[in-house]
Amino acid sequence: MQFMLLFSRQGKLRLQKWYVPLSDKEKKKITRELVQTVLARKPKMCSFLEWRDLKIVYKRYASLYFCCAIEDQDNELITLEIIHRYVELLDKYFGSVCELDIIFNFEKAYFILDEFLLGGEAQETSKKNVLKAIEQADLLQEVRYTPNHSHVWQI
Amino acid sequence: MALKIVKGSIDRMFDKNLQDLVRGIRNHKEDEAKYISTCIDEIKQELKQDNIAVKANAVCKLTYLQMLGYDVSWAAFNIVEVMSSSKFTYKRIGYLAASQCFHENTDVIMLTTNQIRKDLSSPNQYDTGVALTGLSCFVTPDLARDLANDIMTLMSHTKPYIRKKAVLIMYKVFLKYPESLRPAFPRLKEKLEDPDPGVQSAAVNVICELARRNPKNYLSLAPLFFKLMTSSTNNWVLIKIIKLFGALTPLEPRLGKKLIEPLTNLIHRSFSSRVLIFIRFVFLNLLIKNCSHSDVIVSFCYITVLISLSSGMPNHSASIQVMKYLGLLAMSKILKTHPKSVQSHKDLILQCLDDKDESIRLRALDLLYGMVSKKNLMEIVKKLMIHVDKAEGTTYRDELLTKIIDICSQSNYQYITNFEWYISILVELTRLEGTRHGHLIASQMLDVAIRVKAIRAFAVAQMATLLDNAHLLTGNMQRNGICEVLYAAAWICGEFSEHLENPVQTLEAMLRPKVATLPGHIQAVYVQNAAKLFATILKNQEGNTDSTAAQETSQLMIDRLPLFVQSANLEVQERASCILQLVKYIQKLQQKDVEVAEEVSALFAGELNPVAPKAQKKVPVPEGLDLDAWINEPPSESESEDEQPKAIFTKEEPKHSRPRHTEVDEKELARRREARKQEQANNPFYIKASPSSQKVYQETPGVEHIPVVQIDLSVPLKVPGLPMSDQYVKLEEERRQKERAEKKKKEKKKRKEKRSGRGKKHDSGPESEEDITPAHVVDIVTEEMPENALPSDDDDKDPNDPHKALDIDLDKPLADSEKLPVRSHRAAGAPKSPAEDGEAENATPQEPKKKSSKEKRDKKKDKERDRKVRLRCWKHSPPSGRKSDSRSAQSEGRTKSSKHKKKKQKKEKEEKEKKKKKKHHHHHHHSDGGGEESVQNGTVEEEEPLPVSVCDIQGNLQDGSQVVVSVIFENKSDSFLKSMEFNVLDSLNSKLQRPEGSGPHDGLTVPFQLPPGVSNEARFVFTVQSIVMPQKLKGTLTFIVKDSSTHEKLDFKLHFTCTSYLITTPCYSDAFAKLLESGDLKSSSVRLEGVNMPFHHLLARICFHHHFSVVERIDSCASMYSRSIQGHHVCLLVKTSGQTVSIDAKCDEPTLLGNVLDEIKQTFSQC
Repeated sequence: MQFMLLFSRQGKLRLQKWYVPLSDKEKKKITRELVQTVLARKPKMCSFLEWRDLKIVYKRYASLYFCCAIEDQDNELITLEIIHRYVELLDKYFGSVCELDIIFNFEKAYFILDEFLLGGEAQETSKKNVLKAIEQADLLQEVRYTPNHSHVWQI
Repeated sequence: MALKIVKGSIDRMFDKNLQDLVRGIRNHKEDEAKYISTCIDEIKQELKQDNIAVKANAVCKLTYLQMLGYDVSWAAFNIVEVMSSSKFTYKRIGYLAASQCFHENTDVIMLTTNQIRKDLSSPNQYDTGVALTGLSCFVTPDLARDLANDIMTLMSHTKPYIRKKAVLIMYKVFLKYPESLRPAFPRLKEKLEDPDPGVQSAAVNVICELARRNPKNYLSLAPLFFKLMTSSTNNWVLIKIIKLFGALTPLEPRLGKKLIEPLTNLIHRSFSSRVLIFIRFVFLNLLIKNCSHSDVIVSFCYITVLISLSSGMPNHSASIQVMKYLGLLAMSKILKTHPKSVQSHKDLILQCLDDKDESIRLRALDLLYGMVSKKNLMEIVKKLMIHVDKAEGTTYRDELLTKIIDICSQSNYQYITNFEWYISILVELTRLEGTRHGHLIASQMLDVAIRVKAIRAFAVAQMATLLDNAHLLTGNMQRNGICEVLYAAAWICGEFSEHLENPVQTLEAMLRPKVATLPGHIQAVYVQNAAKLFATILKNQEGNTDSTAAQETSQLMIDRLPLFVQSANLEVQERASCILQLVKYIQKLQQKDVEVAEEVSALFAGELNPVAPKAQKKVPVPEGLDLDAWINEPPSESESEDEQPKAIFTKEEPKHSRPRHTEVDEKELARRREARKQEQANNPFYIKASPSSQKVYQETPGVEHIPVVQIDLSVPLKVPGLPMSDQYVKLEEERRQKERAEKKKKEKKKRKEKRSGRGKKHDSGPESEEDITPAHVVDIVTEEMPENALPSDDDDKDPNDPHKALDIDLDKPLADSEKLPVRSHRAAGAPKSPAEDGEAENATPQEPKKKSSKEKRDKKKDKERDRKVRLRCWKHSPPSGRKSDSRSAQSEGRTKSSKHKKKKQKKEKEEKEKKKKKKHHHHHHHSDGGGEESVQNGTVEEEEPLPVSVCDIQGNLQDGSQVVVSVIFENKSDSFLKSMEFNVLDSLNSKLQRPEGSGPHDGLTVPFQLPPGVSNEARFVFTVQSIVMPQKLKGTLTFIVKDSSTHEKLDFKLHFTCTSYLITTPCYSDAFAKLLESGDLKSSSVRLEGVNMPFHHLLARICFHHHFSVVERIDSCASMYSRSIQGHHVCLLVKTSGQTVSIDAKCDEPTLLGNVLDEIKQTFSQC
């Protein structure tokens, strides 16, 4: 996987993770282009699009788009599965996650992603292990985070 | 009062955390930029504070801002600071920020090496984890090289959490530093059988990725993966393995057959429906590759695909689309092996072209590419042309256009039977508005016209009409690329002008004034080809008795060319003026009735043949030609500098002329803009771009009531004179029918003849591919290659592909030279500022204990390695008698070698590590040479220059009075060495620590023996009194050569530099300032001349070789700090200007300082 972007329906970037080294300028350009193309697609279209020499796999959950760029030989379905798994992880961690959770605790969202994916490859396929690792690490942190349960996000 | 101030400042410090920032941004939707700029100012203030919590908070906020698109690269150094915090809370934030903000060109990355290494070896697994995660995002080639060994060690960490991450990150390391692949691969392979499923899946992941790129190197792993596939229950792992086999099977056909059974078993296993579909798809790819003969399975796959294509999953339209997409994708894979079965579904695929979803349309297009044949090409392209007309988005239309051209031109126009049709298709494509691919069409036109000789007459006629109608294309040419086509048209008309029916008319068209609006390079071609045309016309008219026509043509040229002579484009201008003069001269000759046509056409004589794109590369270099050799000796650098002032006379002038353009300043621009706006506002004809303009339109009564006449466009708008490809399709059909009829006739005849002979039936059957013959005798001219071109097969590989470097044979045994570099020079002691000295001293008594236990566990050395100082000495062979000894030993050695085998194997593991160290040595020794000299002055002053064994000595600094020296013994002779004794002649200051009860001159027994070609490491502790002076210790090593039983002796010297007593210790700027202010320090300074390297390299070098750390860096000035093992503070202020570096230093021990400075000077004098 080359990178992962989370953005809202309004086109606001909520999270970005790059597994290839690019300059800020390129990143911005890619993000802008991709957000536009993905948002322009209608809801009943398939989750894949070919963009430059990459394949983009995206999926919308509530108001957030999860969008991954993979190389030509990579598998589209497994990428969808990865996206889904990440959403499940967020959901478990925050307890019915919603966009606001990710906005206000974006560093947590990153930490979860980092436990799940490393260098663009899935590093842990067990949900339990990921969450355990995150909890352990959180314990080490002085201020313990208490998830906010006020929002409901349907998957 | 004081309390209040403190409290206030604390409040201020924490007044805005991340949540507040986010909330603030959401509350300031209108003036977000302004709000954020104030936030950034606050953050800058926060970063200046010493409180690490405040800094971390600031960095966290910056990470958020970075995501919003603000530049935070200025804070890179602060991020490093937060990264190096000892608290996990802050470290985590620091690494997150680094992974988000750093990229390969971030220069502070080189400062992080030590910190990362320290974190990697942290006892807390989450510290290590966070460092690995961060590293995976910003690993650079340098970091990869320096840390490869540390990461490799982590691959055998006790915690699976770390192992898993280390394994995955190795892939990134391989990409950045391909040399690491071979040394690390054995361990990676081990991880395939790791007890932890996570680690196992990580290893599978990495090897799959590697193997996908270069499968042939991984064939030997097939049995292992086979085992994994049948035993693993993890779907993710299974999927990866199946994918890997997909890459391997084409190389090893036997594997395919073996796989069928376990794969069929797999598919029958119960999975969740999502995974099942998924596995099927992966599986399908594999089956397609394997079972080229088994029709049953292919049809099975095929049915699966079709089902998914048409029905998909119920009740979920989005997933239907997903299935459709994947079905098409799978089809394109089937197509490669079983084109027939896909071709029969042409209609289904063409139907997909109408899909609303662009992704699906593109997939279908891709499929079409593989489906064409001579028979259906015209039909498919016709359908595509219809889609081109209907397509809305330009991207899709452009895609269609390129696909049409791809389809037609594939494998050297294999499927085109009628080139007239193709040319007309190309001409039709020129009518596309706003396409970016004018250039592509143009190059196709050129290619066809040049390579298909039979078509030239037709092509020229078409191009002439195109030139004639150029105004149709050029109407809005500036914004579209279609005018590129005119480039091709002009060139074809000029080059093959003999085929023109009415050359004068074409010439006239080429010299129209409107041509001057075309882009420069096209105009240039126009001018040049006008000259070619002119030559042809002259030649045609020469025979005529009436010379007026020829003279009229010349006059036309002379009239029209001056327009081009005035062109702003140099190329056009040059060509035009040259040709103008030529024509004027010709006119003069014509008036004298001289026949010139022959000579004029001789200007353009000769045929242009197509040249293969790689021809230039393939020209063999003539023997004896050395392209790298200097023709003249390069001028030395000092000379070139001297030359600069010589250019006094020309130097000033260009400066005057340049700045003219920039003279219009901002104010002036603003004023003009204002004036223009005023003007526009007063101009009733100017349509303003204000959003209200639309409203105005709507409010105007009656606009909606204007009837819009529907134009019946069932007949496409026809451009006069432009060909319609449909015509040719019809013509071609007719031609084919005729041909078929003729054939039948012939066959009938034959049959009749045959009947009379044998009476055997011959069924002609339906029309097959071979029956279709091309309309013309088409000889497609192959592209020219240079004579005796070098055959090379690496043409298609992209040299920039990072995976190419990973194409390494992994089965070859590791050579000695292949070791991961180990940087054993940098210190990574706990970050202590001098202010914390007291604490540090309290801690020291515990350290030796740790140390000794570590020594026992040899493998744990890596952790300390950082603190080691390397000393090195060369051993020389004892007098010449030795040589013959070793030779005789060699012959005997063979019989004895089996005895040592076991030992060798045991040792191998340990040795590897040492070898790595050694390689590192060489590496640094060669690459940044000089620095190493300071510590390896132990070169023995003996006469024999023949080194038999190299001994590596590493010093390990522990506390104020002890130095641990690690010595690597390498046996370079051919005989077995045993009973080694190591002895050093003690000086007053330094003493070798000997076990209790032994005398002051007894040697220490080296606790191992050395078989030939093997190295091992031993450690010796020295007690040092004073560390202010460098010193040399003489020593001897005695040993017995086993086979000859002779005692041998080697002399060496150990060189302890002052640098080696320093430990890298980070220091905060405030503590540093206090230290300098205290006045306890003596100062000294040194100047280095002619240092020709970037400042950060210079700093890195001082850090690396002399164990300093950078405290603060401002532009070309930096403060650095280090501490000796006895607690002396050494502070440096390094400034650079040009090639001069001045170092002002302060230290509480002037002698030590002097020596350190000398050593630094030496480091740089050698570079």
